[in-house]
Amino acid sequence: MSAAPAYSDDKGGSAGPGEPEYGHDPASGGIFSSDYKRHDDLKEMLDTNKDSLKLEAMKRIVAMIARGKNASDLFPAVVKNVACKNIEVKKLVYVYLVRYAEEQQDLALLSISTFQRGLKDPNQLIRASALRVLSSIRVPIIVPIMMLAIKEAASDMSPYVRKTAAHAIPKLYSLDSDQKDQLIEVIEKLLADKTTLVAGSVVMAFEEVCPERIDLIHKNYRKLCNLLIDVEEWGQVVIISMLTRYARTQFLSPTQNESLLEENPEKAFYGSEEDEAKGPGSEEATATALPARKPYVMDPDHRLLLRNTKPLLQSRSAAVVMAVAQLYFHLAPKAEVGVIAKALVRLLRSHSEVQYVVLQNVATMSIKRRGMFEPYLKSFYIRSTDPTQIKILKLEVLTNLANETNIPTVLREFQTYIRSMDKDFVAATIQAIGRCATNIGRVRDTCLNGLVQLLSNRDELVVAESVVVIKKLLQMQPAQHGEIIKHLAKLTDNIQVPMARASILWLIGEYCEHVPRIAPDVLRKMAKSFTAEEDIVKLQVINLAAKLYLTNSKQTKLLTQYVLSLAKYDQNYDIRDRARFTRQLIVPSEQGGALSRHAKKLFLAPKPAPVLESSFKDRDHFQLGSLSHLLNAKATGYQELPDWPEEAPDPSVRNVEVPEWTKCSNREKRKEKEKPFYSDSEGESGPTESADSDPGSESESDSKSSSESGSGESNSESDNEDQEDDEEKGRSSESEQSEEEGKKKMKKRKKVSEGQGEGTSSDEGSDSSSSSSESEMTSETEEEQVEPASWRKKTPPSSKSAPAAKEISLLDLEDFTPPSVQPVSPPMVVSTSLATDLEGLTLTDSSLVPSLLSPVLGVGRQELLHRVAGEGLAVDYTFSRQPFSGDPHMVSVHIHFSNSSDTPIKGLHVGTPKLPAGISIQEFPEIESLAPGESATAIMGINFCDSTQAANFQLCTQTRQFYVSIQPPVGELMAPVFMSENEFKKEQGKLTGMNEITEKLTLPDTCRSDHVVVQKVTATANLGRVPCGTSDEYRFAGRTLTSGSLVLLTLDAQPTGAAQLTVNSEKMVIGTMLVKDVVQALTQ
Amino acid sequence: MLRGEERATEAENVPPVIPTPHHYLLSVYRHKIFFVAVVQTEVPPLFVIEFLHRVVDTFQDYFGVCSEPVIKDNVVVVYEVLEEMLDNGFPLATESNILKELIKPPTILRTVVNTITGSTNVGDQLPTGQLSVVPWRRTGVKYTNNEAYFDVIEEIDAIIDKSGSTITAEIQGVIDACVKLTGMPDLTLSFMNPRLLDDVSFHPCVRFKRWESERILSFIPPDGNFRLLSYHVSAQNLVAIPVYVKHSISFRDSSSLGRFEITVGPKQTMGKTIEGVTVTSQMPKGVLNMSLTPSQGTHTFDPVTKMLSWDVGKINPQKLPSLKGTMSLQAGASKPDENPTINLQFKIQQLAISGLKVNRLDMYGEKYKPFKGIKYMTKAGKFQVRT
Repeated sequence: MSAAPAYSDDKGGSAGPGEPEYGHDPASGGIFSSDYKRHDDLKEMLDTNKDSLKLEAMKRIVAMIARGKNASDLFPAVVKNVACKNIEVKKLVYVYLVRYAEEQQDLALLSISTFQRGLKDPNQLIRASALRVLSSIRVPIIVPIMMLAIKEAASDMSPYVRKTAAHAIPKLYSLDSDQKDQLIEVIEKLLADKTTLVAGSVVMAFEEVCPERIDLIHKNYRKLCNLLIDVEEWGQVVIISMLTRYARTQFLSPTQNESLLEENPEKAFYGSEEDEAKGPGSEEATATALPARKPYVMDPDHRLLLRNTKPLLQSRSAAVVMAVAQLYFHLAPKAEVGVIAKALVRLLRSHSEVQYVVLQNVATMSIKRRGMFEPYLKSFYIRSTDPTQIKILKLEVLTNLANETNIPTVLREFQTYIRSMDKDFVAATIQAIGRCATNIGRVRDTCLNGLVQLLSNRDELVVAESVVVIKKLLQMQPAQHGEIIKHLAKLTDNIQVPMARASILWLIGEYCEHVPRIAPDVLRKMAKSFTAEEDIVKLQVINLAAKLYLTNSKQTKLLTQYVLSLAKYDQNYDIRDRARFTRQLIVPSEQGGALSRHAKKLFLAPKPAPVLESSFKDRDHFQLGSLSHLLNAKATGYQELPDWPEEAPDPSVRNVEVPEWTKCSNREKRKEKEKPFYSDSEGESGPTESADSDPGSESESDSKSSSESGSGESNSESDNEDQEDDEEKGRSSESEQSEEEGKKKMKKRKKVSEGQGEGTSSDEGSDSSSSSSESEMTSETEEEQVEPASWRKKTPPSSKSAPAAKEISLLDLEDFTPPSVQPVSPPMVVSTSLATDLEGLTLTDSSLVPSLLSPVLGVGRQELLHRVAGEGLAVDYTFSRQPFSGDPHMVSVHIHFSNSSDTPIKGLHVGTPKLPAGISIQEFPEIESLAPGESATAIMGINFCDSTQAANFQLCTQTRQFYVSIQPPVGELMAPVFMSENEFKKEQGKLTGMNEITEKLTLPDTCRSDHVVVQKVTATANLGRVPCGTSDEYRFAGRTLTSGSLVLLTLDAQPTGAAQLTVNSEKMVIGTMLVKDVVQALTQ
Repeated sequence: MLRGEERATEAENVPPVIPTPHHYLLSVYRHKIFFVAVVQTEVPPLFVIEFLHRVVDTFQDYFGVCSEPVIKDNVVVVYEVLEEMLDNGFPLATESNILKELIKPPTILRTVVNTITGSTNVGDQLPTGQLSVVPWRRTGVKYTNNEAYFDVIEEIDAIIDKSGSTITAEIQGVIDACVKLTGMPDLTLSFMNPRLLDDVSFHPCVRFKRWESERILSFIPPDGNFRLLSYHVSAQNLVAIPVYVKHSISFRDSSSLGRFEITVGPKQTMGKTIEGVTVTSQMPKGVLNMSLTPSQGTHTFDPVTKMLSWDVGKINPQKLPSLKGTMSLQAGASKPDENPTINLQFKIQQLAISGLKVNRLDMYGEKYKPFKGIKYMTKAGKFQVRT
């Protein structure tokens, strides 16, 4: 977006010469460009009722924009047409709006309501397009509206709308990066989406907003791998490059066992070739090849990624092929990398730009893995029709591939290249020959002879380049090549290219003892022409003179002094300096300077031969296929490819715990339709199946999954479906038992909290289908006095420690404890709840909250850290709704730790929190040790600063750190206050207008009794009830914790069930969110 | 983030990626126009380049040709199309089938109709393609004549050295299809000798699994023209080179004249005629002019670019076409030591040089009987003879 001005400028420039052509085009508006009054004409046209005139006007305006003309003064006239019926007009208005909204923010707001209406349209395409344009309007004021729209769209029924929501995320993020935390939540939610349509877009948003939050990927990793083949091309590229980074952090290096072989690269690559011949994809091959070492076992998830990306090498899109190639290069065991060579070579047939990029990458790869491209050597042969940059890159690859066996053919090729008409290319070829000569000792003499022959070439450039290369080669073994040096010395008469002359002079100086007769003569000649030489040559003349003076002062003393005197008066100060410096060094002065005694050492020190190596040598530290790699410089926003970890992080974080895990494979056979739906479990049973995209079945499953991952209602619906399925099939005895338990639990809960039975009935399915729920948990439930189920259902997906595996959230809505496979030991539960109780007791003294008015604890337990992710440490949290003792502005949060591992966990404490502005944390005292099976509770205070932004912090043990985040529901950000009815009314009177938010709703039958209503409201928000005269009115009051703003809630319920909810609060955001939450609680 | 726009051209050897202090310019050069995308942050360059090429393909598809005046004339459509193709720098709808549903390509007929009826280029029904599981196919396609044509086109890339021996030769093939079938047909295409295909890349519609297991192409085709498959014939098979070129180009040191003679003849053509032969060669800078006589066809020599081209036409095996004559060289200058290479273009109808044969084409899912046709052709790709 922000690049828009830049390109339009340059467009404006280039359109210049073509201006007259515009005149012919009625749509271009060219004739109007000079006459600004004519804009009135356009305005008139826009104001008419005729669509055709409007269209004409819009076309002219767009043409103006295209030519870089400023059309912003038409903004009011254009914006009016945003609601136009004609689709083409509408689209052009959108184009205009997106272009100019940032400049005319106030006027742009006029259009917002149209889009807001569009967001509610029953047609998914209209919803999507409304969101798309809305999110493209860069006006900071509408950030909250955008946020809300994105959140809603993220749980839309239609995957297309969800895709658009994913696209909107980076737009909002670039407009206001403060929204990051909320956006991450949306991303997290969308990552759990199972449709191919969404996958690519959400990963793109992930990469743009929070690439560092790799933990969000864990639960979705297998799903992404399995979906990959069906995602559209652009999404594939993004996902593959993200997964490359992910895999680098999560898996062990597959080449670690080969490290010893690497010392002998020659051998290594022969070995890998053998493996290649055996066919790709066999770890066994690697394992048997290295029997002595501890066999490396590839993580099955690592293997899954490699297996599922391989077919994409066949993609028609060069970008996808390149993405897979870099993935294999960075992640695959050596033996398997070979498969990408063929695909990359195929890309060389493509457009020259593609060739350019691919060759750059091949050049880098060919340095490291020469064997890989050797069979394709001939594909890199150069054609005279290739552009020079391609030729040079191919040359680079050929040079890298050259080895003892193929060097004759390569050199023969090079010989033909030298006769090319493209002189830059010829020069590069000569350098390439030089490199081959240094790399392959056997052909050094041949190359040298060839280069010497080139010295008689008529083209001066060729000769010069040869001299430079010869110089480098000679440095390696000067003794044997006196003849060549003599030959070169003769050339000084003819060669005029400064670099070549300088090289010859340097060579003669350096090896003057090999050519004792010629050297002084050359110096004589050079002294004669000294003044006419280029600077670089002059410097070398001085150098030569100095060296000769030191070795052969008898013959050259005078000459040297002559040269030095000439240099002394040179125009170039560099040369003057050098002359002075040299004179002091070599000519002993009166004091007999210490330096001059060492002059010989200084000048004639043996110099190491230069290493001729590829300019691509060090490029592989950039991720291949990236822009940074291409430029060999870090581009903005480049993400370093992390090194392999020393030890593999816990692979179980990727486990998606589906209760019906084991049944999936059966179900799959029975009902193929549901395949993509259960793609996660497929990862286990047979991931390759998903690659088969039977479109018929896909459409089915698509619609199914879309309904599944849609909004709340559809969730429970599909849960019920699942449930029915299960019952059809007959469940295993274990799950039956738990089902019964679930029912028992239901009954008990009905007793505890009356009247909500009906409300939870729809959840019965999900409750009982969570087969892993334990009786212990049930008892815990009773002790804890949980919320009505409906409440918990709408609590936002809480923390990153449960990266929203859909199955879990769907099936375990009822369960606030993590779905655990192992039973939680009873003593632990007791101690936990005891601790809570005790703490409650000690603290309730200071609390003035009468238990009558606030009969429930805040939110039910939310998971902070899952047992699996926490390596045995499970952490939950609850909002206790008691004032935090240290700071009244803080929300007190009870944190429950339990250790289900078999080693004690030590030193539990909060590590450096990374908090958004305003939010602060009062850490809990360090828990020194938590024995296995034990649990503990701690209280911490968080000042959320009256926002629902999540507080992110680290939970540290002695060995590990876990990133966790707590996000408060809006209802927890306040504390109840007491006031009389009159006070209430008075305060309410002050908070009208903008501060009042009203919503109409219909109370379901179950929710008509006083008790239920009060309970539901107080469960949702930490408010106190205000006594009230009329029976159908309910009033609640509270203050936000940080700023102490009043929050007044009124519910006016008619006996018929119609009700009106009013919230008065200075904090409008809180008010809006509260209304939403309460309505949801009441209507469910 | 990125937008493609056209820009005036200077040189041909522009690197595709140009870094500037704050932006990176990625460009593709096609149809003598640079299409430039501006990016600010790290992005796989091929991603952008591929997209730009897709944009150019789309323009070509829409306007028939993709030239500067055409783009200028249709700037509004260009804007509309780009708007659909990109959302905040991320590609959105790049399938031309979907785009055409969204924005109808301008044709003369439609312009006339539009001015009379007042309807517009923008499709008024909402695009459903984007939502479907086969995003490449429109729903509700109807034809009175149901037909499916497949062209198997193979190109020979070769470098032949001075003495006429082959340095490298490979065959690249594509299957282009033109499918006009009603409804949602499901096609399968099988080959007599699928083993020939070494390295294949598919249109997204082809079911990869089926190919892996049975070597059968099974797909729901897009509507209209598309490239079904491109393949490479495995290198083990020796490539039959259907033509040979005899050449003698010599410069003499003393005189300012050089002799030039080339003859083109058939070789391993499996009894087919070679058509559409053209010979082009870039002559050295020292060549001022050439006076040549062809035995057939026409020839031109551009003294500025030094490009010689000879349009031969059909090769008659009885009477081989040849081009003979002299070159006049710059007086006084030494003889050029570089040798021109000869580039060859030719076509052979009804022959797939690799021997690939389609076995059968079946249609499922629809009741009617389609008309099916398969055509083979061999062409020269990058066919170069060094001298």
